[in-house]
Amino acid sequence: MLASVARRLLSMLVTLLGVSVIIFLVLRLLPGNAVTAQMGVSAGLLSHAQRVALDHYYGVGEPFFRQYVSWLGSMLTGNLGVSLSSRTSVASLVGAALPVTLELAIASMVIGELIGVLFGVFGSLRPRGVVDNAGQGVAVVGLGVPSFVIGTGLVTFLASSFHYFPSSRAFAGLFFNPWLNLQQIFFPALTLGLGVGAAIMRTTRAAMLEVVSTGFARTARGKGLSKFVVTWKHLFLGALVPVVTMSGIQLGYLLGGTVVVEQIFVLPGLGRLLVNSISNRDFPVVQSVTLVFAAGFIVVNMLTDMLYTLIDPRTRAR
Amino acid sequence: MTRRRPGFLTGLWLNPAGRAGCVLVGLVVVGGLLAAVGATPYNAQLQNPLTTLKGPSLGHPFGTDQFGRDLLSLVLEGLWVSLKIAFLAVAIAGVAGTLAGIIAGYLGRWTSALIMRVTDMLFAIPAILLALAIVTALGPGALDSALAIGVGYVPIFVRVVRGPVLSLRTAGYVQAGRVLGFSSTRLLFRHILPNVAGTVAVQASLALAWSVLAEASLSFLGLGPPPPTASLGEMVSQSSSLASQAWWTLAAPSVAIVVAVIGFNFLGDGLRDVFDPRSRTALAA
Repeated sequence: MLASVARRLLSMLVTLLGVSVIIFLVLRLLPGNAVTAQMGVSAGLLSHAQRVALDHYYGVGEPFFRQYVSWLGSMLTGNLGVSLSSRTSVASLVGAALPVTLELAIASMVIGELIGVLFGVFGSLRPRGVVDNAGQGVAVVGLGVPSFVIGTGLVTFLASSFHYFPSSRAFAGLFFNPWLNLQQIFFPALTLGLGVGAAIMRTTRAAMLEVVSTGFARTARGKGLSKFVVTWKHLFLGALVPVVTMSGIQLGYLLGGTVVVEQIFVLPGLGRLLVNSISNRDFPVVQSVTLVFAAGFIVVNMLTDMLYTLIDPRTRAR
Repeated sequence: MTRRRPGFLTGLWLNPAGRAGCVLVGLVVVGGLLAAVGATPYNAQLQNPLTTLKGPSLGHPFGTDQFGRDLLSLVLEGLWVSLKIAFLAVAIAGVAGTLAGIIAGYLGRWTSALIMRVTDMLFAIPAILLALAIVTALGPGALDSALAIGVGYVPIFVRVVRGPVLSLRTAGYVQAGRVLGFSSTRLLFRHILPNVAGTVAVQASLALAWSVLAEASLSFLGLGPPPPTASLGEMVSQSSSLASQAWWTLAAPSVAIVVAVIGFNFLGDGLRDVFDPRSRTALAA
């Protein structure tokens, strides 16, 4: 067990290293460089000496490999560089934004699991029944309507029909003003949770339908266990592996989805930071935020893999 | 004489998801083509101060925007831009991913390990973020958007193609071909590729749904093709300040996106049922 965890951690680090190379290379495709990004057209007015001094300051003109190693080195020591547009350390920007995105992701996941598992389980108990059809309806909306349409619609509806728009007030931290914070997080989380819930529901339903007709389910019913115990302890537990897989995949998509939803609901999270930095061509920030998202995605995938061994004894290495 | 199996298209049409997919995708493609040949009801960019923010009517079935432009015409133009970018993105991802997947599955050993490692790494970056990073680097043109969206989908094609190729490599008829002295290229493209074509088609359809969505998300964030190019995502983002008085400014582009996304998803489900009848349980139960 310990050895397999260590092996996973190692492969995770290798992947993360590769990801950092990809992100680094992609952002170096940028026409221009840190200097022109910073000064715009006026970079053309610089004297040769000024240009050389600035190039040296930003490390432009060094070989890619050198630039990469020095970036990686400073990343590892916790120095994410300095934002070009706000002149503050990228680490502090990311540190301020990360909790918001984490809270949003967790809240969306909770809503998604609730929608997905409840509709999926109860729908599968009576296929084509009222609950099942309602669930399928929610699934079509959640899968087909993009989150930015749901989000924009929700904002408009709340604002015009109820004059209720918690996002118009400054964002409140969870520990600073929990009540306002929950109001500000709930609607974006619902927006993302619908899509997540739809995918989880379809998987749950399909997995449950496979389990319902198995021998052990019949045995459990036959020996007179209560419906509740049969449904949750026997059926749902038996159907859990694909549900966990799908949840892991969805949590990954969710990280990407926060970018758009934070924009709509004006949440000062990583996604908003990313989009603002892209428009400012502030690539130390873009680079770090993308890497943080990728790291989150990799960690989620690894945790999902490890959960299998907990849920399904058959997957444990012999 | 043996009876022929029902044709592929018949099979798709007889499948409920496939039929819904065909109808919706057909609708979207015809709409896009109308804009492509300039057959929209109005000139989409024509501003008219007399008809600003008018609700849906016979003259303007989708209403008009804040500049008095006909929303139906604008939506059709946006749809065409979306479809062009999506098809290009999927072509890029499909060709690159299928090739890499076939090579990884067929050659095995080092090449395979290398390709799969790189795939894992690409896969570890959420696709929409990869697209954002690439658009940052390349700029917001249509071709750049297509490339940005396509790259994120390459790993999925690699994965779905490699699996079947791995098992086909040892299939009897491939072994037989090898004994007959066929070249690897011939085996790969004449004997193995046709057998993964179904898988690729299913994935391509799902990828189209995702690409339409990704394109709309990018332009919603202001990173799509710059105006005056019509763009569905940008129309949604514009509508956020108008929709409380004029709901149709949000509804018009949203309907187009939703129909396209659901259509390609259904088409993908239908294709999967046709190519792999075993998977049908999930939908039909």
